[in-house]
Amino acid sequence: MRPQSRTIQEDSTTAIMWAAAAMVTCPFLWLIGDLLWNGVNQLSFSFLVSAPLNAGREGGIGPILFSTLLVVGVCMAVTVPMGLGTALFLSEYTRDDHFLGRLIRGSLDVLAGVPSIIFGLFGNALFCQVFGLGFSILSGGFTLACMVLPIVIRTVEESFRAIARDQRLSAAALGLSKPTTIRAIVLPAAMPGLLVGIILGLGRAIAETAALIFTSGYVDRMPESLMDSGRTLAVHIYDLAMNVAGGNPNAYATALVLVGLLLIINCSSSWIAARWTSFNQLPA
Amino acid sequence: MDIIQPASRMTPGPDRRPGFMPWVPYPYTKPCCEPVAHIRAEQLSISYDSRQALQDVDLEINRGCITAVVGPSGCGKTSFLMSINRLTDLIPGCRVSGNLHIKELDVLAPITNLLHLRRMVGMIFQKPTVFPFSIRKNLELPLREHGTHDRTLMASAIEKVLQQVGLWNEVKDRLDRSAQALSGGQQQRLCLARALVLSPDVLLLDEPCSALDPISSGIVEDLIVSLRGHYTVLIVTHNLAQARRIADHVAFFWSFNGVGRLVEHGSAQEIFESPKEELTVAYISGMRG
Repeated sequence: MRPQSRTIQEDSTTAIMWAAAAMVTCPFLWLIGDLLWNGVNQLSFSFLVSAPLNAGREGGIGPILFSTLLVVGVCMAVTVPMGLGTALFLSEYTRDDHFLGRLIRGSLDVLAGVPSIIFGLFGNALFCQVFGLGFSILSGGFTLACMVLPIVIRTVEESFRAIARDQRLSAAALGLSKPTTIRAIVLPAAMPGLLVGIILGLGRAIAETAALIFTSGYVDRMPESLMDSGRTLAVHIYDLAMNVAGGNPNAYATALVLVGLLLIINCSSSWIAARWTSFNQLPA
Repeated sequence: MDIIQPASRMTPGPDRRPGFMPWVPYPYTKPCCEPVAHIRAEQLSISYDSRQALQDVDLEINRGCITAVVGPSGCGKTSFLMSINRLTDLIPGCRVSGNLHIKELDVLAPITNLLHLRRMVGMIFQKPTVFPFSIRKNLELPLREHGTHDRTLMASAIEKVLQQVGLWNEVKDRLDRSAQALSGGQQQRLCLARALVLSPDVLLLDEPCSALDPISSGIVEDLIVSLRGHYTVLIVTHNLAQARRIADHVAFFWSFNGVGRLVEHGSAQEIFESPKEELTVAYISGMRG
């Protein structure tokens, strides 16, 4: 092949790569731009704290923001201990080829692919009706936990498994018991992966709509307890955009808040993970 | 201050909590290299699932000596080493049969207290495996686990082992810095210190120098020689020159159709100068393996 044609081939390959990357990035930029263009005017401090008026066309999103935090809080309060426990069980206490471990992993993988609307109906049947929690923040949080747990468990388990076999062997060779090994070596070393898993779950939970419509409900008042119904940001956006004529400006502003929250969560997680790693590799 | 007492000399009191053995400082007396069997393997066989890795090993390892385990890759040297502190238990599908005793302790008995066994038998791996926290915490963790919580006691034990491995002057001002920032050779010496801080009787070294540069390797090798007489040392090595330099005894393994067997065992002089088996002759002259 002559050098000239090689250059042309290289250049065209590079151009295709750039085009592909640009095509992926453009929708994202467009989306953010659109949100900013249409939403930033409504955004103010009073928007964040005041109650919605006139079905959300006017006023703010104070109670909705608060309900969102409560639902996600309940979800995480369930997910973190259960996810951590299951992941530890899978990675530390079962053999790879063990029947129970395979069963759990298999069902988690299936669960992770179940559409959220199914989780919503399931949560409605189990938490709202069988457990008698009704349309409440508690029901919503539990339903979200069911939905998020498979992702969290699998991510956290991977981060436990990624810890070098040498480390476990040398811990065992020092006569360290299993609980000590997990507490002193496995957990700290897996911390970045653990955070990533939890943040991934958090991100999915905070943006969920379908599963919550049937479980935590629509009510846009300030919730008085966890047994009250509460409307989350994503549900609010859905409602304003689909059911309320003239709700679009506030829907934009709410979407901007939601995306902002997601960005903050993601950035802080990478920052924490980076800090954690650099602490362990400080030059002596 | 010589305060550390080998685990085997402790009065074996009733062990109520599983895995618990109090760590008691005691004046140390140096044993010498003596022709007393410390580790005794009889008909020891190891298999992984259905694959036989090591078969019918009969071997006596003398107390206080450095015994080199040599042979080609895949002849079961590391498996043999790992059966001595029962790390083989951690490998799925691994089965060990036969008899293995460290003094009177029946290593393979199901009731053997593993945490106690592994406190008595220290092990160093090919790659330095410091834990991802400070140097001090690396050394304190095993001490705490085995029942020492007194800070001054721990500090003196840490200083002693770090001096023993020649690391004290290099790290005494940065004990609270991350151990992972040390160089490879320093990390390996820290691993050795971490094993020594539990004052074991036996040290298992699985190719401790093979991942190090020549200078660090030399330092670690000198260090191993300095352990002679204090500990029963078993070292797996691919480096015959190293085995010749440091070992008192040599055990030569060979893989027969994938199954490791002990071919010959004797003093380093016998093995290197007048080996009995033809395979040994071929291996040490570099013709095979």
